[in-house]
Amino acid sequence: MQSLEIDCKLVHNILTGFVRNEITKFGFERAVVAMSGGVDSTLSAFIGAEALGADNVVGVFMPYKASSPDSLADAQMAAEQLGIETITVDITPMIDAYFEKFPDANRLRRANKMARERMTIVYDISAMRQAMVVGTSNKTESLLGYTTLWGDMACAVNPIGDLYKTQVRQLARAIGVPENIVAKSPTADLWPGQTDEGELGFTYEEVDKVLYALVDERRSAEDVVARCFDEAFVDRVQEMVRGSQYKRRMPLVAKVSPRSIDRDFRYARDWGR
Amino acid sequence: MSSTTAGSSNQSFTLRLAQVNPVLGDVERNLEMHLKHIDAAAADDVDLIIFPELSLTGYYLRDLVPDVALRLDSAEVAALRERSSKLSIVVGLVEETLEFNFHVSALYLENGHVRHVHRKVYLPTYGMFDEERYYGVGDRVRAFDTRLGRCAILICEDLWHPATAYIASRDRMQYLIAPADSPVRGTVSGRPEAADIYHDMLRTYARLFQVYVFFVNRVGYEEGVSFWGGSQIIDPTGDIVAQAPYLEETELTATIDVGGIRRARAQSPLLSDERMDLTLRELHRIHREYLED
Repeated sequence: MQSLEIDCKLVHNILTGFVRNEITKFGFERAVVAMSGGVDSTLSAFIGAEALGADNVVGVFMPYKASSPDSLADAQMAAEQLGIETITVDITPMIDAYFEKFPDANRLRRANKMARERMTIVYDISAMRQAMVVGTSNKTESLLGYTTLWGDMACAVNPIGDLYKTQVRQLARAIGVPENIVAKSPTADLWPGQTDEGELGFTYEEVDKVLYALVDERRSAEDVVARCFDEAFVDRVQEMVRGSQYKRRMPLVAKVSPRSIDRDFRYARDWGR
Repeated sequence: MSSTTAGSSNQSFTLRLAQVNPVLGDVERNLEMHLKHIDAAAADDVDLIIFPELSLTGYYLRDLVPDVALRLDSAEVAALRERSSKLSIVVGLVEETLEFNFHVSALYLENGHVRHVHRKVYLPTYGMFDEERYYGVGDRVRAFDTRLGRCAILICEDLWHPATAYIASRDRMQYLIAPADSPVRGTVSGRPEAADIYHDMLRTYARLFQVYVFFVNRVGYEEGVSFWGGSQIIDPTGDIVAQAPYLEETELTATIDVGGIRRARAQSPLLSDERMDLTLRELHRIHREYLED
């Protein structure tokens, strides 16, 4: 019988091996992680530091003026515990300069812009340090599309992308991520008091059970509803997964040649590595 | 009652399983890695060394299949064959036939010759697997004689179809050689889920067919997928002689007590009690009824 429970020791072993292997086989030794102070990015930083050694990991803090100071403090505490180098880049000047041109931009546009601004910074720092970007998106947010395309999803390797949020918490606790980071309400930190669960209208505990049943166990929506979930909730989750499929795929390419990349030019990314 | 009546059953040989991590699509580097292991094994007086499935090529080959495929008369196979005068060798490769078919094959090399070729029969093409898109299906399961005894090779997914092991058993198999590239998918209770299933299957085969099982699974990562290792040597009563760790590159060496096969079969005559004619008759009936349906 499968469940959301994971064997933390084994998964930890696989994920650190994954980061070490997939980074070193491309000739790199170092990793960059965007650290928000939340559990996902803290866990990625912990795995990176264990895989490559603390000296080979750079944590990047990129607060905006509206970000909670607690988030930065948590990220700093985690980085200090790991003993990794940190770089802080305040994104307020870039974001504000841009939105002076579009003062009426709504929250979603601002949120996406900030996520993409941060992406350009971690990629630049990865070039500065000859490092690869380690991702921080979990399976729950990827499946729900609760992410920014080419923003927080962008990375070279992602150790936690096949872990649901509740599994991220299990693993984070097991490997010593500070409890206040694991226990606090997840937030994109876009405005004071914002929480993921408040914005989504359900908890990660609830949605992970539904996603696990739909995706991992391939149960039908009817079957999931029969297992005591609200029908409207299950429908909404299913719609979010379907509606965000484009975010999980590379862009569509018009096929004209006999052999198009990925469609019939099929090689592993690890080709010859 | 004298031990001399047992003949060769008092002998033993040294087996080594190479739980390695091949480079994807780089036959040259992988061949070098094989030769290193083989030379070290020869120096250690190993009699038989076994490498995992596709050990010369890596697993997620996709469009690389024709680029890395080797014919049995290739220089690479010759280099391995030459080494087999000192010890017997099982390697995994993409085999190219004279008709330009490509197979997931394992070769048993001995005394400078290719003693046996097993072409993987069951090519998983579901979920994370895509094998039948790229490879031709093997069409036979055969046991074969070697200087160490009568062996059969079944590759990875072949083992999930018990008829293959049954056929090999009826063909007088004494040693089941099982190279694999089994990936982690699901984790339970400290082990990859697939490991529990494999180990159950293999112990069952060892017990019911009263054979030694030599299971060699690769390690390493390709495309984010990890291969779990956990290679095993199981004796004909189902006891585990040696077990390799999960996920780590390693070599597993053990002395194989040849007499174990005779002892197990003398203790419970499962094989001599087997009713092959009944099995065949009923399978023919079922097949006929299936065709008539």
